[in-house]
Amino acid sequence: MSDVPPHKRPPELIRAYGDRKDDGRIQLSFTLPVATSGRAKEAARRFAETLGLKNILVATMEKAGTNFSFFVVYANADVQLDYSAIVVPEVTVPEWGFKEINHLVHEQIGRKVVVVGACTGSDAHTVGIDAILNMKGYAGDKGLEAYPWFDAYNLGAQVDNVALLARARELNADAVLVSQIMTQRDLHIENSQQLIELARKSGQRDLLFLLGGPRIDHKLARELGYDAGFGPGTKPSQVASYIVDVLIKRRPQAER
Amino acid sequence: MHPLPIETAVVDECRALAADISGGVQRFIDAHTTVSIERTVLRAYGVDGADADGVPLVNTCVDRYLAAGGLGHGIAWWLGRALARGAANPQEAAEVLAYGSEVDDGSVGATREELLAALAPYTDAALERLDRARDKRLADRTRLGTGPTPWKYVIVATGNIYDDADQARAAAQAGADIIAVIRSTAQSLIDYVPYGATTEGFGGTWATQENFKIVRQALDDEQERLGRYLMQVNYSSGLCMPEIAYLGAVERLDMLLNDAMYGILFRDINPRRTLCDQYFSRRVIARAGIIINPGEDNYLTTADAVDSAHTVIASQFINEAFAKRAGLPDEQMGLGHAFEIDKSIEDSLLMEIAQAQLVRQIFPRHPIKWMPATKHKSGDIFWSHRVDGLYDLVGVATEQSIELLGMMTESIHTPLLQDRFAAIKGADYVFNAARHLSDEIIWNPEGRVVARARQVLDEARVLLREVQKEGMFSAIARGAFADVKRPENGGRGLGGVVEKSTAYVNPILQALEADHV
Repeated sequence: MSDVPPHKRPPELIRAYGDRKDDGRIQLSFTLPVATSGRAKEAARRFAETLGLKNILVATMEKAGTNFSFFVVYANADVQLDYSAIVVPEVTVPEWGFKEINHLVHEQIGRKVVVVGACTGSDAHTVGIDAILNMKGYAGDKGLEAYPWFDAYNLGAQVDNVALLARARELNADAVLVSQIMTQRDLHIENSQQLIELARKSGQRDLLFLLGGPRIDHKLARELGYDAGFGPGTKPSQVASYIVDVLIKRRPQAER
Repeated sequence: MHPLPIETAVVDECRALAADISGGVQRFIDAHTTVSIERTVLRAYGVDGADADGVPLVNTCVDRYLAAGGLGHGIAWWLGRALARGAANPQEAAEVLAYGSEVDDGSVGATREELLAALAPYTDAALERLDRARDKRLADRTRLGTGPTPWKYVIVATGNIYDDADQARAAAQAGADIIAVIRSTAQSLIDYVPYGATTEGFGGTWATQENFKIVRQALDDEQERLGRYLMQVNYSSGLCMPEIAYLGAVERLDMLLNDAMYGILFRDINPRRTLCDQYFSRRVIARAGIIINPGEDNYLTTADAVDSAHTVIASQFINEAFAKRAGLPDEQMGLGHAFEIDKSIEDSLLMEIAQAQLVRQIFPRHPIKWMPATKHKSGDIFWSHRVDGLYDLVGVATEQSIELLGMMTESIHTPLLQDRFAAIKGADYVFNAARHLSDEIIWNPEGRVVARARQVLDEARVLLREVQKEGMFSAIARGAFADVKRPENGGRGLGGVVEKSTAYVNPILQALEADHV
């Protein structure tokens, strides 16, 4: 299906699936800044109605504070989408494992792949970058430090963009991994973009730049100027496969 | 509560090893001071304010005498001389030190006795200020009473302190006992304490005296309505550990995140700097009656919770040993640990129970702080809410004292008001439904829980023996904790560590040390 251009695909109409095909049943929960009362409950119903929902059931109204009411609502969404028209850029990563990746680096690149990673700016949440880079890895998938054919450097938390690029140059890195979790006021977006701008200025944009984090997806990463984006649940082997795949493809034909 | 059958001799040995480890470091601590300790001394003397660029007066003062090579005497030495020369009060004296046309070179002027005499009334006033805040807290707490344990601890993190205060009230109304205001992550690494109220914070608000005051006022007001004492938490960590401890103390905070090693491992702050700073900060905290929350739980966000469980126990022994040396009673040591084992592992709950019960038992009088799952959570809030249910159950079954409630939206965003509500409601159900479960549990001596607890304790002893043999600084340098390696002379803030001269004067510390039990 994915090989067929969107405009040539047959329409595929979908609705939310609750209990039966096309019933459009959904759930939502929200808080209104009013004390619980019959009026508050009616306000919740109208809130859902204003969203365009039908057959609204305010399943619960709970007092979440003196002047706050929490609601769980079930309703029908009269929304229909043509799934065939939806196109999302996705990172295409070969499904290689630990051994295969190391073998490919050994055979096809012939030297260790150097990767530098950090949580940049004010970000101090290293869980993501640690999961990808540190020996231990994530969900039973070893981190890049454990790969004999990778040299992985985890610079840790709150690394300045300039310092990260300097370190990448010093280590002759192939790829730069940036981990961003910051959720407030889109700070992570500004800081992530700044790194790419700095890399352009310092002539380092030919390196692979990867962005990862709980609110990152490939589409956003591409928009911010990165080569690829990895969201929650990404395993180290997927990142390694992506890097190795690109590095192999980028090599001049004659060397192949 | 029935104890796990573990050998008390092992626990005793661990405690003795930790005492020995901290003793080696304490000799270094006693011989040194830091810029942040000296700034705290000035703050204790009532020195306040900042210049037009926002640089606090205490920084300008201390930096000037650091640059002049005089900080080894202690800033109080110079402050006392300025007072003896005729400054009307410590504020005026500090302004002279910071902005006066010449740096005092110590050649002429007050003698040691004279400068100490000039400081004496202000030293008394500084301690009175700490004691007044402590007494007020104690009075409110006694009058209103606190909720049953585990105390429900929630976080507010809007980045706007006024919104934080509103959310704190709402959380208290929903049943929270403890409100932690999240601090901007970047603050750990700045070597001054900002001023004023935060309305546009990044990843939280600044720890400032004004922010502390705003939240305390909201809680003071709300606790009267609810008839239940409400506790406030902030962060005394990073490069300004002692200063924030002091500000927290006078603004009646109830708990402060304060760890002997956290800043070293997770913020790359120089080990010498942090170890000196933790000591002075804990002296202040001890006097102020504040509970510390060390951050051992964080080890398990970088290291594996199954393989590295013993590093948490070892670190708790070490934090306890350092806290004892700073005069903290057990009742103020809220040692931390966490429910961070990979949820896909069979019997992971049994291992969590073993660890929680072990910690409870090794540290019986300590208000243990139990932290929720964060690493092995996902955007599936329904699954995540169930994880938190099991966490709550282990918390009440093993009589944890302080429970930071898990949020179903843990890996999504800072909690919405309704996330907090759902967490509190869920915890209330579990705590109430299993209130006396701990009385009913008798551990199978041949079972998995006991075996796991013994194994972790044994591994902690092995690690403590190693650390004792090589010394604390060397152990940190080779990555013995949290898989993070920090050399003794690396990291931020080393330039702010100064060897004390034989003339060193610090009447505040002297008075606080006189409390040592």
